[in-house]
Amino acid sequence: MSLKHADNLRGKAAIAGIGATEFSKESGRSELRLAVEAVGAALDDAGIAPSEVDGLVSFTMDTNPEIAVAAAAGIGDLTFFSRIHYGGGAACATVAQAAMAVATGVADVVVCYRAFNERSGRRFGSGVLQRDPTVEGVGLGWNMPHGLLTPASWVAMFAQRYLHVYGATTEAFGHVAVADRKHAANNPKAYFHGKPITLEDHQNSRWIVEPMRLLDCCQETDGAQAIVVVSAERAKDLKQKPAIINAAAQGAGRLQDQMTSFYRDEMTGLAEMGVVAKQLWQTSGLTPDDIQTAVLYDHFTPFVLMQLEEFGFCGRGEAPAFVANGGLELGGKLPTNTHGGQLGEAYLHGMNGIAEGVRQIRGSSVNQVENVHNVLVTAGTGVPTSGLVLGVE
Amino acid sequence: MTDPISQDKAAFLAVVKKYEGMHDVSGVLALDPVNGPMIRHWAEAMGDTNPVYTDPEAAARTHFGEVVAPAAMLQVWIMRGMQGGAPANSATGELYKHFTDNGFGSVVATNCEQEYVRPLRLGELVQYDQLIETVSEEKTTGLGTGHFITTLTNIYVDGESGRELVGTHRFRILRYTPHKKKAKAAPPAERPLRPRKVVNKDNQAFWDGVAAGKLLFQKCLDCATPRFPFAPGCNKCASLEWDPVESTGKGVVYSHVTMHYPKFPAFDMPYAVGLIELEEGVRMLGNVLGVAHDRVRIGMPVELEFVTHDAELTVPAFRAVGEN
Ligand SMILES: [Zn+2]
Repeated sequence: MSLKHADNLRGKAAIAGIGATEFSKESGRSELRLAVEAVGAALDDAGIAPSEVDGLVSFTMDTNPEIAVAAAAGIGDLTFFSRIHYGGGAACATVAQAAMAVATGVADVVVCYRAFNERSGRRFGSGVLQRDPTVEGVGLGWNMPHGLLTPASWVAMFAQRYLHVYGATTEAFGHVAVADRKHAANNPKAYFHGKPITLEDHQNSRWIVEPMRLLDCCQETDGAQAIVVVSAERAKDLKQKPAIINAAAQGAGRLQDQMTSFYRDEMTGLAEMGVVAKQLWQTSGLTPDDIQTAVLYDHFTPFVLMQLEEFGFCGRGEAPAFVANGGLELGGKLPTNTHGGQLGEAYLHGMNGIAEGVRQIRGSSVNQVENVHNVLVTAGTGVPTSGLVLGVE
Repeated sequence: MTDPISQDKAAFLAVVKKYEGMHDVSGVLALDPVNGPMIRHWAEAMGDTNPVYTDPEAAARTHFGEVVAPAAMLQVWIMRGMQGGAPANSATGELYKHFTDNGFGSVVATNCEQEYVRPLRLGELVQYDQLIETVSEEKTTGLGTGHFITTLTNIYVDGESGRELVGTHRFRILRYTPHKKKAKAAPPAERPLRPRKVVNKDNQAFWDGVAAGKLLFQKCLDCATPRFPFAPGCNKCASLEWDPVESTGKGVVYSHVTMHYPKFPAFDMPYAVGLIELEEGVRMLGNVLGVAHDRVRIGMPVELEFVTHDAELTVPAFRAVGEN
């Protein structure tokens, strides 16, 4: 992974198993229990015994230490474990680091997991009201006394600037929401199964943080998702059709903040996602035209527009036109978030999106795109982030 | 520029200021001489068991040589009883009428200072003069807006060589218009404080600047790049050397949001937060004042205004220029 040259990760590792709990508003069990259930389900899916696992990766925000998960999931000695910072930006990075571990022989079977009771327990959207004077606390401290307290408020500051600079309207955000909800309506695992919305519904939904409305915001979910990574060689002999990791990258941009990169030259893009995009194209050898379907991180709709531009699916300021007329829907220019995204299916900090990318490669999505060869998956936006290009070979 | 309201205020102040130094009453005799029963009741009520006030034999053994009245009883001897008060034709009576007629109908005693020149003995009949010492300019307090009035009462006893000063009594009241109570508003005490600023060694200088009424950013001493938020080093040249620089506080709205949900009880929802690009080239956050939240626009000129939310929190905010 480098900006200067293609890295050596292409085709070395694969996703061999995916597993999740149900997605709910109140799981009724501990976050650790959810993690262990998801890890077990992913290993079952892969056809790998827990005793073979020697690596675990998660998020720094996850409350379940690798050793606690291992202890309760039948996993023995670990040779690789890491946790990645920056909220949802860690999602694809868990797979990236797992891929590096198996590609280098540091570990043979690595399980990535994320588990939380984000609806019934600690809710991220309830507001940051107090922080200790750590570096990150001071960072948030620039916002708090003025009442800029929620993730929605931090994203809205970018969204307003984007609308202004490109002369767009909030309907552009609405098209993203409509596509997500259309896909979710067809997904029995989605919270909003059978509940599509129209652009009018979006425009009529109440303000959360202007210029963002309720239907621009992702859900809050209780649940867990796990992903099993092994070498591409090993994956060939396992139960499932492998999703080959043809590129995996992390990225942070110059003068990066967590959600509040307000002080850079521009606020109309996501520089950190640009760092990820450059690496993914470089290592995979692909271009936007080679991607049949994408999972673009959608905690809030405006950042989906900027991701389309950072990856070059359209030019700067052209995303509103790109997403109009069903551009992100099945049959559109780039079918995106075919599971329903985090607005429609569940908010699992991006990990459920990786699972959907795997299903598209396997051909098992409820909204299967035809002739999928390559899938782009991204992680949390507005924070240091990560991405994956998955392929059938 | 003087508006009609401040002209009215100036005229009123001129009227009431004339009462400063005016003698209200002179040589008014106390209703009762200093006496044992009133002293005993007072000492009992106060829980003061010192025998020098009540026991002639014990008092005889002190340096007073006889029973004396407690010094703090000074005001008791000059009280006018339940029906008393300033007569309407006195200077204070007139002054108070000015206040009542101009909307300052509420009154509260704020403080009292006394000086005791010598103790009072049984049988002494005090007399007093009272003057209006000061009338303050208009002040706004927690109770309301009004004026402090200080009266000075000098208390004497007739002696062999004329009147002998035994004590002074300075009494301050506030005549005020109470704050209007907001309908249905929760009592202010229940409102939580705004989230606190977060201060460490890297940004201490910024908040010290706020405390001194200055909006500071950093300037690299090696490459002169301005920076904000505060950081120990320069992203452009990696220099750790910097100076604080005071911003003029003038800038434009670079972006903005309006907070609607969730409801934060420390704030009046909905409210606007602006990202301001200052003319020195750095951006800062602050609430946008002087314009409705739905009329804030990118590019709108603003200027700095510090807002104090409570004893520990003053923050920069930005007022829209040229808005009504
Ligand atoms: Zn410098």
